[in-house]
Amino acid sequence: MILIENALFKKKKFSLYIDLHIKSENFVAVLGASGAGKSTLLSIIAGFEDLERGKLCLDGAEMQNIPPAKRPVSMIFQDNNVFPHLNVWDNVALGISPSLKLNEAQKAQVDGALVRVGLSQYAARKPGNISGGERQRVALARVLVRKRKILLLDEPFAALDPGLRHDMLDLVSDLRREHALTVLMVTHQPGEALRAADEIIFVADGKVREPITSKTFFSMHDDGAIDSYLGKTR
Amino acid sequence: MNGSKLLMAERTYQHFAAQMLVLSSVILGLVPLIWFAISRGGLSAFRLDAGVWDVLAFTLEQAFLSTVLSVVPGLFIARAMARQNFPGHTWLLRLFAVPTALPAIVVVLALTSIYGNKHLLGGWIELYGWGGILLAHVFFNLPLAVRLFYEASEQIAPENFRLSAQLSFTDKEVFWHVEWPVLRNIVPRVSALIFLLCAASFVIVLTLGGPTATTLEVAIYQSLRLDFDIGRALTLGFIQIVLCFVLVALSGRVMLQSVTHAGNQLFQRRFDGQGSVSRFIDLTMIVFGALVVLPPLFALVSSGFMQLQISPQVLSASGFSLGIGFVSACLDLILAWNTAQQTDWFSQGIALSALIVPPAVMATGWFILLQPFSDSLIMVIASIIALNALMALPFVVSILAPAFERRRKKHDRLCAQLALSGWQKLRNIDLPLMWRPLVQSFLLGFILSIGDLTAITLLGNQGVVTLPSLIQIQMGHYRGSDAAGTALLLAILSLVCAWAAQRFGDQYDPD
Repeated sequence: MILIENALFKKKKFSLYIDLHIKSENFVAVLGASGAGKSTLLSIIAGFEDLERGKLCLDGAEMQNIPPAKRPVSMIFQDNNVFPHLNVWDNVALGISPSLKLNEAQKAQVDGALVRVGLSQYAARKPGNISGGERQRVALARVLVRKRKILLLDEPFAALDPGLRHDMLDLVSDLRREHALTVLMVTHQPGEALRAADEIIFVADGKVREPITSKTFFSMHDDGAIDSYLGKTR
Repeated sequence: MNGSKLLMAERTYQHFAAQMLVLSSVILGLVPLIWFAISRGGLSAFRLDAGVWDVLAFTLEQAFLSTVLSVVPGLFIARAMARQNFPGHTWLLRLFAVPTALPAIVVVLALTSIYGNKHLLGGWIELYGWGGILLAHVFFNLPLAVRLFYEASEQIAPENFRLSAQLSFTDKEVFWHVEWPVLRNIVPRVSALIFLLCAASFVIVLTLGGPTATTLEVAIYQSLRLDFDIGRALTLGFIQIVLCFVLVALSGRVMLQSVTHAGNQLFQRRFDGQGSVSRFIDLTMIVFGALVVLPPLFALVSSGFMQLQISPQVLSASGFSLGIGFVSACLDLILAWNTAQQTDWFSQGIALSALIVPPAVMATGWFILLQPFSDSLIMVIASIIALNALMALPFVVSILAPAFERRRKKHDRLCAQLALSGWQKLRNIDLPLMWRPLVQSFLLGFILSIGDLTAITLLGNQGVVTLPSLIQIQMGHYRGSDAAGTALLLAILSLVCAWAAQRFGDQYDPD
């Protein structure tokens, strides 16, 4: 559950007003033009940016002054989700222990997560020797071992080929169901939103709008901001 | 498809001519010395006596100590600057860029006015000898190290710090997993660069070193010009060439960043180092860094401010400095334009030749060749200009080469398709796209030349007095207050040009 009430974010000339409620285990896509503040919304939830005012609750707990590591959140970025000097297995294991000291049960968890995302044969490889899609799978495996209820995705598949992108999206959908995750995904592809998301949040004009179902979103008429984002001519 | 051939710039006859000009200047400097050595007994002219070893040992020891004292604190100050944001952060970064732009003689004067004064901190540090040399080298190179390491840490992707925060990394884990992988590549190169700058340092050692504190570069000058011992000079010169060659090769591309970086001024939020102990340590490091840089600058301003005067002497010295600086910077632009476009080892070696072959050796060769014209002021000035241009060339090329490379990657295929080449390409493509780095390189060549005391010392006579040599003369005649005024004037000139050069830097380039 993500609840943001009457919140305002400010950085220099940029400001973003947020009033938002996302139910547990929902898959929500965040759409909007470049620079509208989609990534900022995710950064605020993850604790990388602070609110000027307002309230942020995750799974019922108030998040003010809670550092990123203590929040029930895992975030996957478009790039740089893995440390290049550590192999795939260690990169996943970081999700359990930053010092990489794991007991047998925890090691089994890492192995299991790698099997689940289909990377068990690459455990010993360095990130430089696997593909971009596989690197994002490493990040997903780490999400599994961290066991946080909220998953934030910041255009994680933007650099992948269309076919691969669909596979990854389906994997995220499956993991969401298996682990009862609440997913919030920033994307530039309305198709991705239509394929995987239950609801859509639209960010425009310094404001995060309430979630609406994807069906409603794509059948909306005469909303200037959405029309110009989707390239519809009236 | 293999596009590498297309991306290599064509080597035109102008490029070749410019490179040959540099090469022949260097060879012209070496030939008379080698000829002298051969005429006096060939290889036996080379002498590896105890004196030579002493000089080599001192050169290496002081360079090693200066490097350690600059790099280790520099690393921690840069880390502190990257982790903590505070009011004045940007200004402090700019302050760390100031020493690089200051002429050595100005800094020597500032240091003598603080530490040479018996009533102040005198006695605490023995200024003439080890102490002064280390102090001056650290003043120049600690801030340089801070800027280079800070820039490296700016290159770290913000996601890495966010991920570390999410995974609850401790400060130590952030260091090993995020910072060290980046620093591991740059620390050895920055160390090699600073070691090189300290090992080849001339003005500082000449003015602050005593009879026992002499480096190769200064010893070459002394044995050639004071003792006229060419065998010894050649031996020292040969050692210096080998040493510098190794260091230039080790420092690699860090050379390119040492003079251009200004910081993108955007502070990247960090989540590590926010505990009270870390904050205290970081603050201490930052204050220490400021204390290295600020007192000499403060002394420079406070002792020079009331003495700023435009006497006829200062006016004529300014005229010489500006004139020599202008012509030498123009010459640099022409040479750099033609050497910066190639990336093969030969062209790079040409561009770096003045870092490898000691200016003291080159200048002495020229000095001998120019003996018949020693009365001609024009020839003296011309040789000073030429040596200045050669000494600044590595740094000027280091600005132009990456600019050329970036633009070549962007536009060369299109140019090839449109059959743009030669004059057309120069006028329509290269000049409009390159004017910012060109102005920046010009200003850099200008700054290095107006602040130069090396070429003046090696080649000048009483007829040519520039601002730096005027400062030295005034210091020598115990006219400290006059010297302070002249030094402040020169410092202001240099800093204004450095500020302008920074404004022309690539980060302001929309292209």
